[in-house]
Amino acid sequence: MSVRVGAAAESPSFPMAAKAAMEDVQLRQNVRHATGVIRAKRALLVEEKADWQQLRTAASRIKEHTMRYLDRYLVQFEQSCVRAGGKVHWAEDADEANRIITGIIQSHGETEVIKVKTMTSDETQLNTALEAAGITPYETDLADLIVQLGSDHPSHIVVPALHKNRMQIRQIFLDKMHLETLGREPKDLAEAARRYLREKFLRVRVGISGANFAIAENGSVCIVESEGNARMCLTLPKVLISLIGIEKVIPRFRDLEVFLQILARSATGERMSPYSSIWSGVSANDGPSEFHVVLLDNGRTKVLADEAARQTLHCIRCGACLNICPVYRQTGGHAYGSIYSGPIGAILTPQLQSMRHSETLPFASSLCGACYEICPVKINIPEVLVHLRAKVVEQGDSPIVEQLAMRAAAFALAGPRRLAAAQGFARIAQKPFLSEGVLKNLPGMLSGWSSVRDLMTVPEQSFREWWRDRK
Amino acid sequence: MKISLFITCYNDTLFPETGKAVVHVLERLGHSVEFRAEQTCCGQMHLNTGYRKEALPLMQRFLEVFDDAEVICSPSSSCVAMIREHYSILAEETGDPTLRDKVRNLLPRVFEFTELLVDRLGVTDTGAFYPHKVTYHPSCHSMRTLGLGDKPIRLLKEVRGLRYIELPGADECCGFGGTFSIKNPDVSAAMLADKMQAVAATGAEVCAACDNSCLMHIYGGLHRQRQPVRVAHLAEILASEERR
Repeated sequence: MSVRVGAAAESPSFPMAAKAAMEDVQLRQNVRHATGVIRAKRALLVEEKADWQQLRTAASRIKEHTMRYLDRYLVQFEQSCVRAGGKVHWAEDADEANRIITGIIQSHGETEVIKVKTMTSDETQLNTALEAAGITPYETDLADLIVQLGSDHPSHIVVPALHKNRMQIRQIFLDKMHLETLGREPKDLAEAARRYLREKFLRVRVGISGANFAIAENGSVCIVESEGNARMCLTLPKVLISLIGIEKVIPRFRDLEVFLQILARSATGERMSPYSSIWSGVSANDGPSEFHVVLLDNGRTKVLADEAARQTLHCIRCGACLNICPVYRQTGGHAYGSIYSGPIGAILTPQLQSMRHSETLPFASSLCGACYEICPVKINIPEVLVHLRAKVVEQGDSPIVEQLAMRAAAFALAGPRRLAAAQGFARIAQKPFLSEGVLKNLPGMLSGWSSVRDLMTVPEQSFREWWRDRK
Repeated sequence: MKISLFITCYNDTLFPETGKAVVHVLERLGHSVEFRAEQTCCGQMHLNTGYRKEALPLMQRFLEVFDDAEVICSPSSSCVAMIREHYSILAEETGDPTLRDKVRNLLPRVFEFTELLVDRLGVTDTGAFYPHKVTYHPSCHSMRTLGLGDKPIRLLKEVRGLRYIELPGADECCGFGGTFSIKNPDVSAAMLADKMQAVAATGAEVCAACDNSCLMHIYGGLHRQRQPVRVAHLAEILASEERR
């Protein structure tokens, strides 16, 4: 089995990638501005919902229940989907999913596909597989199109081109759409994209989508979006293929009531997404005549098996945790080395890869808890982060110096006499670094700290000594 | 009421003035205070960095030391958060029902300093005098895990002579995060820069918090930049009776 999360396994460590990303002043400005706008819109719309906390609880419970009985709901979804005229394929990993999809396209003799709303296909690196098979994929979600034309990578779960501003996007369009002139207003850019995409919508005969929800009881698939491009992709082609992570299943149609209320508010700061498309199988003379679902595992059942981390699979990809995260807001999404960035990416990416890659991601958080507070399905991300950190340490993948320091600290804290001795030792050991009444230029692991911060000195008398002498 | 202090290892070592201030405030309010010298650390640093095995004996020591304490008070939100959030999970993992019961029995007796004052003792006026402009940084653990809300600010507002100035973007993390600041020093420094800018914008003389760890971080940046703002644990302000 070859589980893959895009190119995450080959990506540099988070601290290194973050350092590089933070040198890009324009990127930081774009990220800060965009996340700030979405946060403000979200806050207003959440405030008007008196039952917001109840909705969060309901969503969390539905997900918890679904994960507990995921095996049953998946089979039920398959049966319902087939009954509605769809075909269901099961893919254990990225390669199998890509093979299935490539096979379907080739069986129709087609060499082009239009794609929309499928982060999962970035996870499996579907575009690379398609190109290798001589098939040209066109991204049709506006932001994904910008990323594809710019030979770039998505930096946000909901707003993949969030790191680009309008002028940068205009330049990409000018260069890659071979335009001679292009205005500077949003409507000019939208018009250029519309012309570019409309031709493909009308010509290309195979569409590939992701899914926000797959409904077990009736086999329906649901996608929410802002532009209407997904609606085009889902209805115009002859063949439609939906690549769906197995965690996207929900039991009943009525569960959408909860999720559609929280998703758009959390994701884009809208009451509802402008387009919510829900379809079941195929209908004669209306929409695609062939509908395939590829259900993807790619490491998800391993996550499911870990009870303490299972809640990771509850994620509905709203991106609220990215927008609120003080780490993400400094670095942007690329530093996470994965299509899944921000706090949710920090727990999802390493787990999908069975903790064999991306081991610095669980440490890419100050554990401030803002992600947990904002998460509409109440994923306790800090708790999962701490759980995964323990896994990294257990595997022996933490730095040796850190291991030694932590063992030494555990030894010193094992009793009051040892602690007092350590305090005495610290008073002496700090002397070489004393400067202007504080500590500077600290060695080794601490050098990063002291590069921009001073450290208070260890005072001559500890509290315990003061207390002892006081009596 | 006999109040047993959990001073915490880093306050004991690096910030003894905070512990002294807690003693001072509680005694001034007429309570009797004890410090059990066998205490060391709650295990937060080890647990949060992934060293669960090392955290467990520290929790066991804590449970033993404070086994029969009536009320336990700690001037560190993050340590109280560690106890409240993680002790049950750690105990559960051992599968030892005695340990689980001990934790269950411990939790209602543990109070963060401002919780003890406002919720348990019903005090907001501690009789302090502190003629300075003060802003308050609500640390992440105090705000999100403990839900201290406006308790610290209510306490500050009762201090005579004190002018409270609200901190813009108060709910943003200062970037400390324990070993996060060592493992991700650049991101941490960028977060700190935002926090320092916010603190400086208030024009306050003093930045207060209920966590010396965050204050150590904020001070570290301010001092390097030679900014005139000082930092002080809330307890030190409440203990103050300085006269002009």
